[in-house]
Amino acid sequence: MKLITAIIKPFKIDDVREALTQLGIHGMTVTEVRGFGRQKGHTELYRGAEYAVDFLPKMKLEIAILDEQEDAVIEAIIEAAHTGKVGDGKIFVTQLEQVVRVRTKEEGVDAV
Amino acid sequence: MTFANTLLRLVLLPALSGFTGSAFADEVQFSGANTAWILSSSALVLLMTLPGLALFYGGLVRSKNVLSILMQCFSIAAIASVLWFVLGYSLAFSEGNGFIGDFSKALLAGIDRDSLFGDIPEPLFMLFQMTFAVITPALIIGGFAERMKFSAVLVFSAAWLLLVYAPITHWVWGGGWLAQMGLYDFAGGTVVHITAGVAALVAAKVLGPRKGFLNSAIMPHNLTMTVTGAGLLWVGWFGFNGGSALGANGTAAMAILATHLAASMGAITWAGIEWYKFGKASALGIVTGMVAGLGTITPASGYVGPAGAIVIGLLGGIVCFFSTVYIKQKLKIDDSLDVFPVHGVGGILGTLLAGIFSSTQLGIFSGYGFAEGNETMLEQLSVQAIGVVATFAYTAIVSWLLFVIIGKLLGGLRVSTEKEVNGLDISEHEESGYSL
Repeated sequence: MKLITAIIKPFKIDDVREALTQLGIHGMTVTEVRGFGRQKGHTELYRGAEYAVDFLPKMKLEIAILDEQEDAVIEAIIEAAHTGKVGDGKIFVTQLEQVVRVRTKEEGVDAV
Repeated sequence: MTFANTLLRLVLLPALSGFTGSAFADEVQFSGANTAWILSSSALVLLMTLPGLALFYGGLVRSKNVLSILMQCFSIAAIASVLWFVLGYSLAFSEGNGFIGDFSKALLAGIDRDSLFGDIPEPLFMLFQMTFAVITPALIIGGFAERMKFSAVLVFSAAWLLLVYAPITHWVWGGGWLAQMGLYDFAGGTVVHITAGVAALVAAKVLGPRKGFLNSAIMPHNLTMTVTGAGLLWVGWFGFNGGSALGANGTAAMAILATHLAASMGAITWAGIEWYKFGKASALGIVTGMVAGLGTITPASGYVGPAGAIVIGLLGGIVCFFSTVYIKQKLKIDDSLDVFPVHGVGGILGTLLAGIFSSTQLGIFSGYGFAEGNETMLEQLSVQAIGVVATFAYTAIVSWLLFVIIGKLLGGLRVSTEKEVNGLDISEHEESGYSL
């Protein structure tokens, strides 16, 4: 089992959700976050006073998947979230040790 | 005076005056129309402070200080109104000498509902002027926003109203020495905007910058509030400048038209400069340009034509824009909400431009002529310049003295660093603006 954590541009969240649904992914967790990578921040000007805004709004997507879904899921996210401009985001893949469904107490692959 | 009586006099006066000679014709008659307009104007000018300026300034500070600004606006409105009634109006508009009035009209002594000022009730004139006495000290709070003790704000505002605002009003509008020289200040370029701007600048120097000024972001917390407040200021300014004609007449109409055009031109200019320099026009920029246009046209509004007003708005936008950047970035003075560069510089520029565009010799840009006793543009301009320098110097010196004295009396003007960092809402009022 894997945990896919994807940081994407906020306006791409619907496209990514749609692409993942088509792959048969049933659930995901989405959080509004702020941060920066190579895009850096931007500046805001108020009456001639310039302020650097380092942290930009992003969306963080977390999905638990089966090992065999990994490539397809990554491919789908890249496809849907790609604009080609700096700041498109990143995908992190981590090993998932255990998953438990709270309602049924199912564990592992059955709970994903 | 009953309505029937008024009507009779209005209908008969023109006919009677032909028969009865100048003594009767010169008698000033009560005007219901003018009274109605100044009643409306008084409401419009109060709208500029509550809620206009309160929202405009409130949005510009950080969220931890929003209530302190609203609180200061409301407190000053209440205190200035009472002080104006008790003493301020008398010091400004009773006879006195060239420098200051006397106590003859304190607590409206000798004035009742039949008393006239021109052709409107004198209590109404006093009320209209009261709304100016409210907004002027309220404008100053932008200079020391986010760091001054509430007690110091109140004591300063009260003392400043009586020791700076009232005498200068007397000089300019109360028959004082500047009035006798023929200074043109239609609606308060010197009386309101230069005095408030200079006092704010002095405050910023005396108090020092806010913690983090120019090192960390001190951003406006709610520009929606600011733009809303700016809209109310624009509307209220119709009463400010239009009401200063003291009548429902062509002068009021032209003053409002000039005001509106200058505001529009100031807004376009400021936003245009931003667009050119930074690639984008900002909402804060367009509303600041509008206020700069309004501040600049105010002293000139009843004396210049609409084409002159366009030029004044354009110059107001340009000069105030660069003053703002210069004072903040070069002089490093933390006039928190840019009161001096927007109001003070606008007021100075407009007062000088009134001496130019009131000329009748400028073709389509002409105004309605110089003051009595001033024959040439140079003469009128000299008077305007004297007015600017005197107002600037007097306001700066007395405001500075007041800050020093009040600082000693209250053990400092500024809240502690801890209180400043926590925000004045909690530290001075034990409240929060938002629980979101």
